[in-house]
Amino acid sequence: MEIDPFIFRLSIFILSIFVGYYVVWSVTPSLHTPLMSVTNAISSVIIVGAIIAALADTSKTIFNTSSLFGFLAIILAAVNIFGGFLVTQRMLQMYKKKKKDRK
Amino acid sequence: MISANVSAFFYLISGMLFILALRGLSSPDTSRQGNLLGMIGMTIAIIITFLSIGNFSAAIIYVLIFLLIGGGIGAFIAFKIPMTAMPELVAGFHSLVGLAAVFVAIAAFLNPGSFNLGAVGNIKLASLVEMSIGASVGAITFSGSIIAFLKLRGIMSGAPITFSGQHLLNLLLGVSIFIFVFYLCKTQSSNIFWTVILISFLVGVLLIIPIGGADMPVVISMLNSYSGWAAAGIGFTLENTALIITGALVGSSGAILSYIMCKAMNRSFFSVILGGFGADNTLTKSDDKKDRKPVKNGNAEDAAFLMKNASSVIIVPGYGMAVAQAQHALREMVDKLKKIDIKVSYAIHPVAGRMPGHMNVLLAEANVPYDEVFELEDINNDFANADVAFVIGANDVTNPVAKTDPKSPIFGMPVLDVEKCKSVLFVKRSLSPGYAGIDNELFYKDNTLMLFADAKKMTEDIVKNLE
Repeated sequence: MEIDPFIFRLSIFILSIFVGYYVVWSVTPSLHTPLMSVTNAISSVIIVGAIIAALADTSKTIFNTSSLFGFLAIILAAVNIFGGFLVTQRMLQMYKKKKKDRK
Repeated sequence: MISANVSAFFYLISGMLFILALRGLSSPDTSRQGNLLGMIGMTIAIIITFLSIGNFSAAIIYVLIFLLIGGGIGAFIAFKIPMTAMPELVAGFHSLVGLAAVFVAIAAFLNPGSFNLGAVGNIKLASLVEMSIGASVGAITFSGSIIAFLKLRGIMSGAPITFSGQHLLNLLLGVSIFIFVFYLCKTQSSNIFWTVILISFLVGVLLIIPIGGADMPVVISMLNSYSGWAAAGIGFTLENTALIITGALVGSSGAILSYIMCKAMNRSFFSVILGGFGADNTLTKSDDKKDRKPVKNGNAEDAAFLMKNASSVIIVPGYGMAVAQAQHALREMVDKLKKIDIKVSYAIHPVAGRMPGHMNVLLAEANVPYDEVFELEDINNDFANADVAFVIGANDVTNPVAKTDPKSPIFGMPVLDVEKCKSVLFVKRSLSPGYAGIDNELFYKDNTLMLFADAKKMTEDIVKNLE
């Protein structure tokens, strides 16, 4: 009997939770705020679904109810992707060692 | 157009890059590289999505335009936002992830064909359950984050909003979501799908309004976790590995942060969720205030004198420092002290501020080298050997009552042993209690000098007096 592909996805999911568990515990507490902003940015990979939704059914009209939700989701996710990564970058720049170049 | 197998492989790669992005955060030195890997992972995922659709019609121009509009807004916010406003920003971003998840789920429900999920009115059952979970958790994340945002922004009072039967109502609504999803699977009715989403929006609001301002670090972490689970739910619907991996990572990340925050307040996760902290313990604080001895009141000159003659000083920053934007003045003060060979370090309580790691970011913004900043367990033993503790904008996290009085609402919470210092300088605007609503014994100790002023102004005055 064949294994349902769902089981494979579930396996990836469960294993990723374990990976996440160990990776996040090793994050230094002083970087917990950047951790939150970067997790925010990467969870916006949901934009993948938004793009598929927006580009679906292009033979008829560009904007139908379904694709409209896709387009809206693209905006929301894009705000998050750019905002999340850039604000994380801005924060992490502040953690550069500055002692040496001052004196 | 590339095959589904090739695109699945590339989605796996972006998932791996996201793992490495989080891994980079284990030290400030590797973190920037990690963030870059995260951006590469995102770029790969987006490009692969375009390639896998392949059909470059007129619609793609609109996709790019919308992408740029959103990206422009995001970049603008990222560069403009002051570091003190990070908690609101993160809450706001969570709400966007949540809403995006809801929208994608709706799009998939209305047009299942484009996602290979079957046809309208005949969506695969598993997909239907997955998209309902994604939409429901996404909706809860959205409305919950909006409430958290409003509370953090100060638009809505931080005081918990409770009413009788609240928990029962939440429970009923939660159960009703499951029942509706069950009927959705049976009938495929779009009305039930909308109902599930509406109830979930309501649950999000009801879940966050009873939680008080002091518990905000837990709330933000929890919503972080929810946004991850919502993404994972959508990932299952779309059968997308990158989304499943990311959802799991973010979900567990938020859960761990919530756990750390709860532990730092000695509160169980459930008592935070059930809320009402800071509202019902008002009766304990008023009666024993009268027989306290008066506090010792000092000024900037006294503080400067004390610190000048110390050999080591520990700074304890809290949310008050963030509100007053005093971090730059504080760094200036510390520079002055270091010039006359006084050892200075910073002690940070895990729940100082309104989100995990908030104080660290503010200090980093003021160019404080991160190796002078210590976490509670690393520095707590040093207070006994330090000459001066300079508490600026912190309160409950220094309250010795957490160690001595089992009746206190914060009893058992790990606190900074500030009272063991030879002398304590306490910068505060008034004697008012902190978020926990309890009086701080530390104010009345013989070795405590209260400096009543705005944190920034007081620090600047001390800097002047150090000259």
